[in-house]
Amino acid sequence: MGDCHGCPANSLATLPPPPGFGAPPRRHIVAIVGPPNSGKSTLFNRLTGLRQKVANFPGVTVEHRMGRVKLERGRDVFVVDLPGVYSLTPRTEDERVTHDVLSGQMKDIPRPDAVLLILDSTNLSRHLVLAAPVLSLGLPTLVILNMADDLKSRGGELDVAELAMQLGSPVALVSAAKGVGLEKIFQFLSGATLGAAPQAPLIQLPVIQDIPKCRAWATSIGNKTGYQAPAPPLWTRRLDAFFLHPVAGPLVFLFVVLAVFQTIFKGAKPLMDAIDEAIKTSGHWIGHLLPNEALRSLVVDGVWKGVGSVVIFLPQILLLFLFIGILEDSGYLARAALIADRTMARFGLQGKSFIPLLSAYACAVPAIMATRTIESKRDRIATILIAPFMTCSARLPVYILIIGAFIPDRHVIGSFLGMQAAAMLGLYILGFAAAMLTARLLKSTVLKSRRSSFMLEMPPYRWPTVRSLALRLVDRSKVFLYRAGTVILGVAIVIWVLSNLPLNHGKPPAIEHSITAGIGHFVEPAIKPLGFNWKIGIGLITSLAARETMVSSLGTIYGIEGDEHSPGLQQALRQDLTLGGAIGLLVFFAFAMQCMSTSAVVRRETGGWFWPSVQFAYMTGLAYICAFLANRIVAFWS
Amino acid sequence: MQVSFKKKAPSNHGRARNLTELKPGEAGVLEKLDLPEDDARRLMELGFLPGHSITRGLSAPGGDPRVFRVDGSEVALRRETARRLILK
Repeated sequence: MGDCHGCPANSLATLPPPPGFGAPPRRHIVAIVGPPNSGKSTLFNRLTGLRQKVANFPGVTVEHRMGRVKLERGRDVFVVDLPGVYSLTPRTEDERVTHDVLSGQMKDIPRPDAVLLILDSTNLSRHLVLAAPVLSLGLPTLVILNMADDLKSRGGELDVAELAMQLGSPVALVSAAKGVGLEKIFQFLSGATLGAAPQAPLIQLPVIQDIPKCRAWATSIGNKTGYQAPAPPLWTRRLDAFFLHPVAGPLVFLFVVLAVFQTIFKGAKPLMDAIDEAIKTSGHWIGHLLPNEALRSLVVDGVWKGVGSVVIFLPQILLLFLFIGILEDSGYLARAALIADRTMARFGLQGKSFIPLLSAYACAVPAIMATRTIESKRDRIATILIAPFMTCSARLPVYILIIGAFIPDRHVIGSFLGMQAAAMLGLYILGFAAAMLTARLLKSTVLKSRRSSFMLEMPPYRWPTVRSLALRLVDRSKVFLYRAGTVILGVAIVIWVLSNLPLNHGKPPAIEHSITAGIGHFVEPAIKPLGFNWKIGIGLITSLAARETMVSSLGTIYGIEGDEHSPGLQQALRQDLTLGGAIGLLVFFAFAMQCMSTSAVVRRETGGWFWPSVQFAYMTGLAYICAFLANRIVAFWS
Repeated sequence: MQVSFKKKAPSNHGRARNLTELKPGEAGVLEKLDLPEDDARRLMELGFLPGHSITRGLSAPGGDPRVFRVDGSEVALRRETARRLILK
């Protein structure tokens, strides 16, 4: 890069040789540190590509990503992407993690060999404040000035060589999004694998606790290096005038939310049908290959269809994440949070809760992880507790099955809205209302707090890159398919085995005499008041693993192909369930906390079993009471 | 950046102005942050430092929260936070 001429690249070559020849090769770790919105993740993705995984630091709820960077001559270096911070004063959990990792106090992660400090070059004076505490650590540090393309196009200027001199560290001017200037970073990482000895900072640094002093120091460094801040982002101003317009703003907001929904439900349909077809066809195909009847039944009916009934939701989930990725990377999500803030405040929440709650329409698990951006602990816990009320995509197959079986396909308002669609919409509203009222209840009692301060940085608008979006989707698919391949596979096998035991003269028993039925009859008294029989009971038990398992379990129990559109299964349910019971079942699914993965992630994010237990008891209790009432009311009227 | 001062309205008499009183596009210099230590530090990290100029930007529909331009970036604050940031 022409911009980088004169950077003290030679400082890399002067690093001392590795201590002790023939010592066993050890993992070299380089930490990426930077303020939020500095392009940390983009750089991380650039460096590691698909060679990355998400992990949690032991004992804390902050997630980190670790990835491998391939260097020349087969040497590798591990980079760890630390949470975005403005300072290293350990106050928030993110800051504590960054501080502990950098100072070598984090269990399981050795002190990094070097640091990549990434700063936004278009906002250098403010971001340089973070350089003071990072450089004072004495670790070999490469200062990366990101968004070089923006700086240039908006008329900003900077003497990179002078900055390197002032900071006593090499400096690279890059554009992580465009992949420009990265060779300097690879060069630095190669140097880091040689095992540099920690060096004392050669420059005078300000007292790092004192923000005004640090800021003044950053300004003086900026002045010495001829830093010319770029002109304000013109396009961002223009777009904001539209997206935050008093009238157009909320309309665009509504349009975006509706478009996301419409696409998830309509747009994903062909893909889902295609997967459905592929699973059925391949199931038959596998069936022909397996001569043994029991084995065939296990593999095709138990495993293939059980797991398949869940994998079918992959297109919906990926579409939702594609949308959230586009909204987030483009910068619109911050504006959406701003617009939603007042409405959310009415229920005791804040604008930042909007993003997780929108994600919860696909799945509560990533939604709960997305609550990490909420600084206020009470607001965050409230958002975590209500997220599973939002109608996640795992509830859909159950809704479709029951609505298809019990709600007549008639029009409500002319030809505009069908009765079935109205029932579906009603269930979405029911979940949303339960979430909001619960938030209100929580925030006026146990999680009461003064209206928390809401501070949200509005990043400039940017084009999302295909690369970053694709990486997100690959990441999500891995998580989802892993779940299908473990939890749901396990449940499918267990149900199949229990439904085919005990053997009667070497043959599997009729379903009424199986172990499954025994368990079902055992729980039947508890669910009878809701209008459910033992078969539904089994479905409910299995749905604790994942809601969508209900459909495949009922399919196995009724001995009919498990498919929510299956007329056979709908017919069987109509004979076995009253209308009251069916409505009760829908209400139960709208409210109940039937998802082990969600409970596990809530435990991880809240740091204990207290909140997941409260959540489970509250949601399931509410589901039971409301299903009971629904059953009684419908039974009374019909 | 142009620093301008609004004439004191009668209701404001004897009271320091705060961020909520800035008109769209108007700028003012921050005097102090009348907030708990944690919130004040966070705001200072975002650029709300005494002596720095702050310009009011756009706002959410209904006027709350509002966006403020400070130190090269834009930050949205709720009214009750903005009210605690006192201008010179």
